[in-house]
Amino acid sequence: MSAATPLPADRPAFAATGRTPLLSVRGVKTFYGNIIALKGVDLDVNEGEIVTLIGANGAGKSTLMMTIFGNPRAREGSITYAGRDITRMPTHEIARLNLAQSPEGRRIFPRMTVYENLQMGAAVNGGAHFAQDLERVCALFPRLKERLHQRGGTMSGGEQQMLAIARALMSRPRLLLLDEPSLGLAPLVVKQIFSVIKDLNERDGMTVFLVEQNAYHALKLAHRGYVMVTGTITMSGTGRQLLDDPSVKAAYLEGGRH
Amino acid sequence: MEVFAQQLINGLTLGSIYGLIAIGYTMVFGIIGMINFAHGDVFMLSAFIALIAFLILTSFLGIASVVVALILVMIIAMALTALWGWSIERIAYRPLRGSFRLAPLISAIGVSIFLSNFVQVVQGARNKPTPPMMREVIVLFERNGYAVALSYRQIVIMVTTAVLLAGFWYLVQHTPLGRAQRACEQDRKMAALLGIDVDRTISLTFVLGAALAAVAGTLYLLYYGVVSFSDGFVPGVKAFTAAVLGGIGSLPGAVLGGLIIGLVETFWSAYFSIEYKDVAAFSILAIVLIFMPSGILGRPEVEKV
Ligand SMILES: Nc1ncnc2c1ncn2[C@@H]1O[C@H](COP(=O)(O)OP(=O)(O)OP(=O)(O)O)[C@@H](O)[C@H]1O
Ligand SMILES: [Mg+2]
Repeated sequence: MSAATPLPADRPAFAATGRTPLLSVRGVKTFYGNIIALKGVDLDVNEGEIVTLIGANGAGKSTLMMTIFGNPRAREGSITYAGRDITRMPTHEIARLNLAQSPEGRRIFPRMTVYENLQMGAAVNGGAHFAQDLERVCALFPRLKERLHQRGGTMSGGEQQMLAIARALMSRPRLLLLDEPSLGLAPLVVKQIFSVIKDLNERDGMTVFLVEQNAYHALKLAHRGYVMVTGTITMSGTGRQLLDDPSVKAAYLEGGRH
Repeated sequence: MEVFAQQLINGLTLGSIYGLIAIGYTMVFGIIGMINFAHGDVFMLSAFIALIAFLILTSFLGIASVVVALILVMIIAMALTALWGWSIERIAYRPLRGSFRLAPLISAIGVSIFLSNFVQVVQGARNKPTPPMMREVIVLFERNGYAVALSYRQIVIMVTTAVLLAGFWYLVQHTPLGRAQRACEQDRKMAALLGIDVDRTISLTFVLGAALAAVAGTLYLLYYGVVSFSDGFVPGVKAFTAAVLGGIGSLPGAVLGGLIIGLVETFWSAYFSIEYKDVAAFSILAIVLIFMPSGILGRPEVEKV
């Protein structure tokens, strides 16, 4: 794990270095029954980067996140993670490869306490260095610390989102997949979550793949971005490039900077 | 008063056995949303395994101490029945996962019929008795010529149940295994994203349920001294009733439901008529479900994806 150096937000991290990407998606097609949701997606995430994927509702962003984890499974194409072909691997085995996902809708275990939810996040490494990691996520999200023994289902939406991210962090992932971490949160909390993501990337060298509706914030934060329209990647570039692109502006940045 | 005390003891004994079986129904329902109709027959099968193990240990291996024999019998029955539970899930239920909802249910009925016929064929249709054992009773008190007694067998049954349930509760609440089990119950997809092998966890649920049914089977054999191939049905249905009464999906509910069914059944037999004891148990279920559709300790709605 390298890339402990801070990366300026408007520059591609390793895009042009010619190294093999940490995550590489090639020609992936995913179907729900007979309906095609991903129509051949190509996308790379390099070590040390924050890469964001933006797109309208129903574009297929969450489908891609879940396809990376093998559920649903890609019908065509290939997905490579850290040099391994994971296209046909069972979901739980992919999860043991040092990548974690905070999925759409948070999916907190409602009848488990915050503490138990975090224990589940650490399940892949069998609870080794649990106390240390617990302390770390509690420092990132002090709200969780106060509520360790509250049931997940009774937490507020924002608290659940923090818990979902914290739970994903408990496995010490090399690559973190976040599906709409800002959904339904107050602007202040969104800011907080984005600054946590930035810190994780800059300080710990964690690679982040971020799906966001909040295109402005996401593109500002990310080194590179992709735009998805109905199951196809239509555009890619640095965060800056996409932010300045007129068509991106028109489609995803209406209403300006909030 | 004397009759009441005696029936209380008898009811709790019977209820312990129902509770142990009910846990198997409730856990399997919790994790895959299916009623495992074969569970009663797994219980019956375990009683036969216990009987055979007991006879081998005492007559062939010459173990004289009943307590030692019983402990060994219980371990053997739990292990072999767990293996059956595991195999049944692998062969009859797992291939049907993801197919239409009634498919595993029909398969379970098939397994139930298979198990009772299998035992009937290999063991015969008649009741199989154990040699008499643990006949001792403790007379608690005596009034008007009516003695309230607690038998050694009843003590063994209640203590074993309490100890095993405590251990089981610990397993489910405080071990990674139990956590994985609860996680799969609440959100299977998410559990897989966190590296939990869902299929293995489901297998494990069947193994645990079968092992507890085997404890019930061994205790049943100890209590009644006989078992027949058809003994899976009625206790099975009552334990299922107990699970529904307590709130299907809830472990404490299953135990509570078991105790209630056991008590209702014995009190009804003592005070009203023994012929209608089963009707009483099921009437309670009907009444409770009218006023508490999700059972006594059940969650208001079971969110299943
Ligand atoms: N389980 C499913 N069964 C059938 N179709 C599905 C399923 N999940 C998603 N879809 C369809 O696949 C398409 C892509 O959905 P997806 O959830 O990936 O979109 P998204 O880009 O994440 O949208 P949003 O921004 O609203 O979260 C949509 O048309 C959706 O209706
Ligand atoms: Mg989505």
